[in-house]
Amino acid sequence: MDWINILIQGALLGGFYALFAIGLSMSFGIMRLVNIAHGDLIVLSAYVAFVVTQNTGLDPFSSLIIVVPVMFVLGYALQRGLLNQTLSGGLLPPLLVTFGISIIIQNGLLQGFGAYDHRLQEGAIETASLRFPGGLSVGVFPLVVFAVAVLAIASLQLLFYRTRLGRAFRAVSDDADTAELMGIDNRKLYALALGIAMVFTALAGVLFGIRTIFAPSAGPIRLILAFEAVIIGGLGNMWGTLVGGIVLGLAQAVGAALDPTWQILAGHLAFLAILIVRPSGLFPRTRD
Amino acid sequence: MTLLQTQKLSAFYGDFQALFDIDVTVEQGETVAIIGANGAGKTTFLRALAGAIGSAPEMVVFDGQPIGGKTPHEIVRLGIAMVPEGRRLFPSLSVEENLQLGSHSERAGPWTLKRVYELFPRLFDLRQLPSTALSGGQQQMAAVGRGLMSNPRLLLCDELSLGLAPVIIRDIYQCLGAISAEGTTVVLVEQDINRALDASARFYCFQEGHLALTAPTKNFDRAAITAAYFGL
Repeated sequence: MDWINILIQGALLGGFYALFAIGLSMSFGIMRLVNIAHGDLIVLSAYVAFVVTQNTGLDPFSSLIIVVPVMFVLGYALQRGLLNQTLSGGLLPPLLVTFGISIIIQNGLLQGFGAYDHRLQEGAIETASLRFPGGLSVGVFPLVVFAVAVLAIASLQLLFYRTRLGRAFRAVSDDADTAELMGIDNRKLYALALGIAMVFTALAGVLFGIRTIFAPSAGPIRLILAFEAVIIGGLGNMWGTLVGGIVLGLAQAVGAALDPTWQILAGHLAFLAILIVRPSGLFPRTRD
Repeated sequence: MTLLQTQKLSAFYGDFQALFDIDVTVEQGETVAIIGANGAGKTTFLRALAGAIGSAPEMVVFDGQPIGGKTPHEIVRLGIAMVPEGRRLFPSLSVEENLQLGSHSERAGPWTLKRVYELFPRLFDLRQLPSTALSGGQQQMAAVGRGLMSNPRLLLCDELSLGLAPVIIRDIYQCLGAISAEGTTVVLVEQDINRALDASARFYCFQEGHLALTAPTKNFDRAAITAAYFGL
């Protein structure tokens, strides 16, 4: 029964990692943009939520009403004003620019909030749990996070496969030059894509801030987890990203059960093992 | 009425000049062929018209308005559509989605999904398939249909016959007649001279980036075309 419990916790943790990864997966899938600042943008979202909760008295969940639009606008402006200028010169310029953004966010947060740990307090839901027969107990909050991840991916799939905008996203991802010849304004579309990616980043950031303490330096490790989930699942495949997150969560849970110091390491080892066996991930979608 | 006019159109790939002072005039409703050997600058010319290669504003005048240097998506909105060389359908979109994507600019006009399926009935049966599942000829039909979906006043067709069987080429060129009958002006780029001349009223022959010859196609001396084509 212990092991079943461990596996369930691990799988639920995976939903969390998948949520980290959605924004990264989207910006890579559509713009071939490797966003090194992604982890810091998650942390930034948590700080925005912190400021909102402090100043308005809203609880973290309700603060999303403000955090989501703020991050959408930030993503749109970032892509339109800065990142679009880097996309014609190959893979390196966007890497360098987003790396710079990462440093700016980390140091800006350090300046504004200090190096102390912060957290978002949602109250009773954080510790509530459901008890099942046989001694199983599942936390409500991890369940909520997992459900949010599944809903987020499902809604993105609907966007991609059922709407005019989604069709344009897929066309630009296939062949940006031809898409432009068919009347699509790629630069505007890219800005919208990062804006939408940041909606999910905001969601991830707020849930992250409720689940655990955060500090300005918390971004890079979230970036690595997100990367690993995307790569394990296969580039360009959103449901694959969810599976990638679950694989990562399971590996960490099993590792932690064997020895608490192995938790993080076990996740990375699982990632490396999959990279060796299936270099393009479990469910690759992109052709290049 | 003149729909399109290029004035001393020059185009560059980096330092390499691909087009030199090209003057081409296309009247409303006519079909004009651009012929020439490989590397003559035919595709570059179409790409310059579509905005994929930059040029000075007054070098390309469309419907009285200078459009050189505008971005491709702006030019689509003005009513120029491109059927690119090699079809370039979107592989992760179905046939129907490819067609729908052509209407992204939301220009009003006679061409709708229904009309495109009437023009190419085979596509209707294949509409749910990924575009990669189609034969070359079917892909070419889808690419032409996608271009039409933006309801262009000017349709640019780059090498429609490339890699296709003669019987398929004949079918596609027949459809071009129907498109022209709808009032759409067509500029054709072809390496297959006979095909191009049969389908058009006038032609321009390019040679190494220069305009070598222009004339009506009726009863034209093929020897003169050959001379212009090869620069003899």
